[in-house]
Amino acid sequence: MSFKISSNVIELEALKRTLVADASGACVTFEGWVRDHNEGEAVHALEYESHAAIAVSEGEKILAEARERFAIDAARCEHRVGKLAIGDCAVWVGVSAAHRGAAFDACRYIIDETKQRVPIWKKEHYRDGQSGWVNCATRADAPAAAPR
Amino acid sequence: MSADGARASITVTARYFAAFRERAGRDAESFTTEARTAAELYAELARRHGFADAMTRCKVAVNDELAAWDVRLAAGDEVLFFPPVAGG
Repeated sequence: MSFKISSNVIELEALKRTLVADASGACVTFEGWVRDHNEGEAVHALEYESHAAIAVSEGEKILAEARERFAIDAARCEHRVGKLAIGDCAVWVGVSAAHRGAAFDACRYIIDETKQRVPIWKKEHYRDGQSGWVNCATRADAPAAAPR
Repeated sequence: MSADGARASITVTARYFAAFRERAGRDAESFTTEARTAAELYAELARRHGFADAMTRCKVAVNDELAAWDVRLAAGDEVLFFPPVAGG
């Protein structure tokens, strides 16, 4: 399986070694880290939730699309779930290819599509004790909305 | 459904994730509905629970497969409602 949802620390070096091939002359990796702020709010932790089965199936589709569109040798992605601290690696993408252009393009494609399509949700815990789901208009503590 | 267009009621299970689960105050619920499609069911649930996200930004899965919003629902379906995703 090349796309993985994991509640354990992402083993960056071990994952990178799985991309190595004699035909590859380039390796591009992306690490998404938990940062301490978002849209003006001070963030002290993040919590990720996913629907693992559908996330993996959609993630594998994205990796297959990348292999089809770009001249690459191997591609993998791993995304964390659960509670993460500032500085933790939340998502990792790695691509190997004969040449760097395809590796950069495929890596960018995989992380962009993953963020848009894979059922993973991010809850930010703020320094002031509040929390909120990123990108969502629905709020647990909001007065009942009446969309018609 | 009868020929005069009257709606048949079916019993389905809705499952909620992330912001939807917190807003609804539950993981899942079964109920009887006249909704014929996932889109109609979302509209009904948005009214019931106060989901504020535009349907076009959300996703739906039926029986553990991602589906189009106009998918026809059948009795016994499990319908999963995904609020806007935010991986990375």
